[in-house]
Amino acid sequence: MNFERKHIISTKDFSRDEIDFVLDRAARLEPSARQGSRLLDGRIVATLFYEPSTRTRLSFDTAVKRLGGTTIGFDSATSSSTVKGETLADTIRIIESYVDAIVLRHPKEGAARMASEISRVPVINAGDGAGHHPTQTLLDLYTMRKECKKEIGDLNVAIVGDLKYGRTVHSLAYALSLYGTRLSFVSPEQLKMPASIINYLKRKGISIVETSSMQDVLDKADVLYMTRIQKERFPDPAEYQKVAGSYRITAETLSVVQDDMIVMHPLPRVDEIAPEVDATKHARYFQQSFYGVPVRMAVLSLVMGVDL
Amino acid sequence: MTDKRELRVKPIVNGMVVDHITAGQALNVLKILGINASSKYVVSVLMNAPSGEMKGKDVVKIENREIDPEELDSIALIAPRATINIIRNYEVVGKHRVDPPQEVAGLVRCGNPNCISNTNEPVTSRFTVERIGDDVQLRCSYCEFVIDQDIAEHLL
Repeated sequence: MNFERKHIISTKDFSRDEIDFVLDRAARLEPSARQGSRLLDGRIVATLFYEPSTRTRLSFDTAVKRLGGTTIGFDSATSSSTVKGETLADTIRIIESYVDAIVLRHPKEGAARMASEISRVPVINAGDGAGHHPTQTLLDLYTMRKECKKEIGDLNVAIVGDLKYGRTVHSLAYALSLYGTRLSFVSPEQLKMPASIINYLKRKGISIVETSSMQDVLDKADVLYMTRIQKERFPDPAEYQKVAGSYRITAETLSVVQDDMIVMHPLPRVDEIAPEVDATKHARYFQQSFYGVPVRMAVLSLVMGVDL
Repeated sequence: MTDKRELRVKPIVNGMVVDHITAGQALNVLKILGINASSKYVVSVLMNAPSGEMKGKDVVKIENREIDPEELDSIALIAPRATINIIRNYEVVGKHRVDPPQEVAGLVRCGNPNCISNTNEPVTSRFTVERIGDDVQLRCSYCEFVIDQDIAEHLL
């Protein structure tokens, strides 16, 4: 399998074998994610963040540096030449001549796809508006592979919260469907998983449960994937408080779950996971965040053609 | 003896006739062909004509102009039953049916206001054409937004 010079734009560009290949490499690189390596010695990666995302940017930055490479870039549109009116296309044409790969976060959907048509060096999509964020999905899968006792295809994954607008959950549902994983979607009525995705999953023969009550899925789930419900989705603040409150997990909520059930969250969390849950054996969201480093190291080293 | 119906638009000497256009779509067909107020061609447009097979149809005749039938496949997006006859010296020298292309570029505007193709970036809108039974839908190659109805409304 050859990823050299490939752009990483959408989870949908990956087959299951390709995902497994990336995750295998991430596992091999995990020790280096703690101790460092010289695999990307002399290489430069641009991290172009047109909107703030501290966690993703620092995770990519760490991944490059743990591989022995260096980064250049910016962390908001105001510190780029966008303020002078430069197009993204021009910025890409200039930066591609400086670096070996480009990591791009942009508020417009499809920005990474456009950049990949212009750039001769690989472009890695670190989030484009409400579009894709493929390395997040890869690290989610890696977390399940590492932290669950069963194979991904044998898991029962419950995804909770904002399933309508949350881009991570759309990509995740798609990726899990490649493994035949059983899925439960838990959300308030107004934030349900879009029909197009539900129909797609049904066509693929995936077992799906849709409910508005977390209680319906808690005792069966192997993975509880929590997401943030954003206040701005609700015109009425009181309604938001009510809804958000019903999708919150506490130590008490977890009393009915399976022993080895794990709780994941793409972070940042607000109220949906009580701090007391952090100390339980179920919490995995901080490990999940760490796994972003070896997974991004795997992706970066693959697209830059580094042999292990 | 000539049937009066045939006289509604007189035969052309040279050019093309796009027939069996979905009623109401004639002007959009002209738009796809790039024909506008500044074009010099003689154009006849017939709208809502009675048709045996269809409830009503539009017909467009353009004199002294021929186009590669493949270019016309975009017409299939809004008029899937359209036929194209190429006329030379009153004779039909070529008959074509439209077939939706795999991809259309620069023809349709993405319906997602937050799509990169709706910005000042130097990017041409591009869609893959997906067939679902008799219908077609367009999927934006950039943001994956799907246009599954009123495609004509999205024509650039």
